[in-house]
Amino acid sequence: MTSYVIRRILQMPVVALLVTFSLFVVMHALPGDPIYAMIGESESTLDEETIDRLREDLGLNDPIVVQYFNWMGDVLRGDLGRSFRDRADISQQIIDRIPTTLQLAVLSLAVAVCIGVPAGTIAAVKRNSLIDVGVTLFAMFGIAVPNFWFSMLLIWLFVITLDWLPASGFVGIWEDPVAAMKHMAMPVTALGLTLSGSIMRYTRSSVLEVLNQDYIRTARAKGLAETSVIVRHALRNSLLPVVTIIGLQLGNLLAGSVIIETMFAIPGLGRMAITAIRGRDYPSLQGVVLLFTMVVLIVNLITDMSYALLDPRVRYSYGATS
Amino acid sequence: MAQQAEVLVAAPRPRVNLRVLRRWRRYPLASAAAVVIVLFLLIAIFAPLLAPYDPAATDGVNRLQSPSWDHPFGTDSLGRDVLSREIHGARVSLQVAVLAVVVAAGIGVPFGLISGYFGGIVDALVMRVTDAVIAFPSLVLALTLVLVLEPSVSTLMIALGIGAAPSYARLVRSQVLSLKHMEYVTAARSIGAGHARIICLHLWPATIPSVIVAGSLTMGTAILAEAALSFLGVGVRPPTPTWGGMLNEAFTQIYVAPFLSFFPGLAIFIVTLSFNLLGDGIRDILDPRLRTAEGA
Repeated sequence: MTSYVIRRILQMPVVALLVTFSLFVVMHALPGDPIYAMIGESESTLDEETIDRLREDLGLNDPIVVQYFNWMGDVLRGDLGRSFRDRADISQQIIDRIPTTLQLAVLSLAVAVCIGVPAGTIAAVKRNSLIDVGVTLFAMFGIAVPNFWFSMLLIWLFVITLDWLPASGFVGIWEDPVAAMKHMAMPVTALGLTLSGSIMRYTRSSVLEVLNQDYIRTARAKGLAETSVIVRHALRNSLLPVVTIIGLQLGNLLAGSVIIETMFAIPGLGRMAITAIRGRDYPSLQGVVLLFTMVVLIVNLITDMSYALLDPRVRYSYGATS
Repeated sequence: MAQQAEVLVAAPRPRVNLRVLRRWRRYPLASAAAVVIVLFLLIAIFAPLLAPYDPAATDGVNRLQSPSWDHPFGTDSLGRDVLSREIHGARVSLQVAVLAVVVAAGIGVPFGLISGYFGGIVDALVMRVTDAVIAFPSLVLALTLVLVLEPSVSTLMIALGIGAAPSYARLVRSQVLSLKHMEYVTAARSIGAGHARIICLHLWPATIPSVIVAGSLTMGTAILAEAALSFLGVGVRPPTPTWGGMLNEAFTQIYVAPFLSFFPGLAIFIVTLSFNLLGDGIRDILDPRLRTAEGA
């Protein structure tokens, strides 16, 4: 186990280096001169000399590998540089925006788990019943519906027709919980729906698999109450793959936040990414994507390790195959 | 000796038997999904014949019309017929979806085969690269690539294909890991089959069913992703009608003409749903273990 953990942790920097370098190269292959994105193409009253000096100051004339290592060195010191657009400190901007995206993500995930796990379990226990069919259909709906379209339907119903909720904006949950809930209701529903669909499906198939195991028959044979069999024996053992799926859904959650934050004008990291993309603001985009990928990498690592910790077979198979 | 080896090679091995697909009758949902997909494919192919209007023809008088007999899905802010645009939009969506899967499988499957078969340093290298690609949130990866390569159908297919390729590599690799120790592979090796022959003739065919299933599911996600990118305004450029682009326009008109968003979104939903149902159905049909577990 120790060697597995050490190996996985040692792999992290390699992957991180691959990710950041390819990101860096890709960003610099972007069409359009960042200088003009920065000063605004219309205001190109600056003479060539000034532009050259600016370029030199920003380090845009250095070879890309040099630029990469300069940037990486700064990143390791916690400095993500300054935005091309308004010279704002990117690290600070990201730190300011984390709570917003976190609020959206945590609430969405909570909704998804609270709906997905019980519904999936019930569907598995009552297999082929009407409930099962209903849950399966709901899960399929959640997976296949585009969340931006679903958001538009929500806006149409709750904002335009019923006038119950504010159309956009953001309020911190600690500042004004009621207003925060009103603002969060639609984004969280839209984002949580997709997630709950996958969680439901995985819970269902995972519980189904466990229910076919011998020890469940044993538990039933020794006269345990059905609830006890389900909750203490079946659910407990089937949650492991579900935990993994929740971990792996994080990427989707972040991608979803890009769309949802843009639609509902929520000032989070996803919206920062879109704004940066539209404005060709490399440093800002690099900062956000770097954060996203690092979060995904770390969560994947934790997921893999918890899996190995809880299931000895995983450890064995890893040792055998590599 | 040679004869003995022949006998060994004849040992049971996983074969691609697509005749099992004849069991479709037992899977009404998957069959219905297949019909819907074929229908949309036909719509995409014959779009110019089916569309009642020119999808680009603007009409200054009949702007933002509610659905009517003349315009069953209404008209948009430039007076263009939504139904005609939606019919033409099917082309982009399906093209991107099919090509994205071709790219994903084209990259992922060979790497998965090589990685699983040879193991060691090759495997470690391929797996780290897949880790790196997977670590990018798929949408952000696609966004970045689309920006570099200029938005178009081929860019989207490359972007979405590259994003999906690692999961194909992993899927195929995990199968090869268990397959390569099976008797029929050992037998093939013992009669002198080379690496290339073993990989192409003995391992690759055995992975096809699962790749077909994954392909169907990827088409669903690719359609969603293409729509999302076009919705964010970084997908296929506006004059070309796309479902995501139509939703983008509809979103700006949501207070004036909420009906505009309904049909393009519905199309995305139905096609994605169908690809998912089809993928699930094929998996159940091809995997006997699941079939007995489900008791279908």
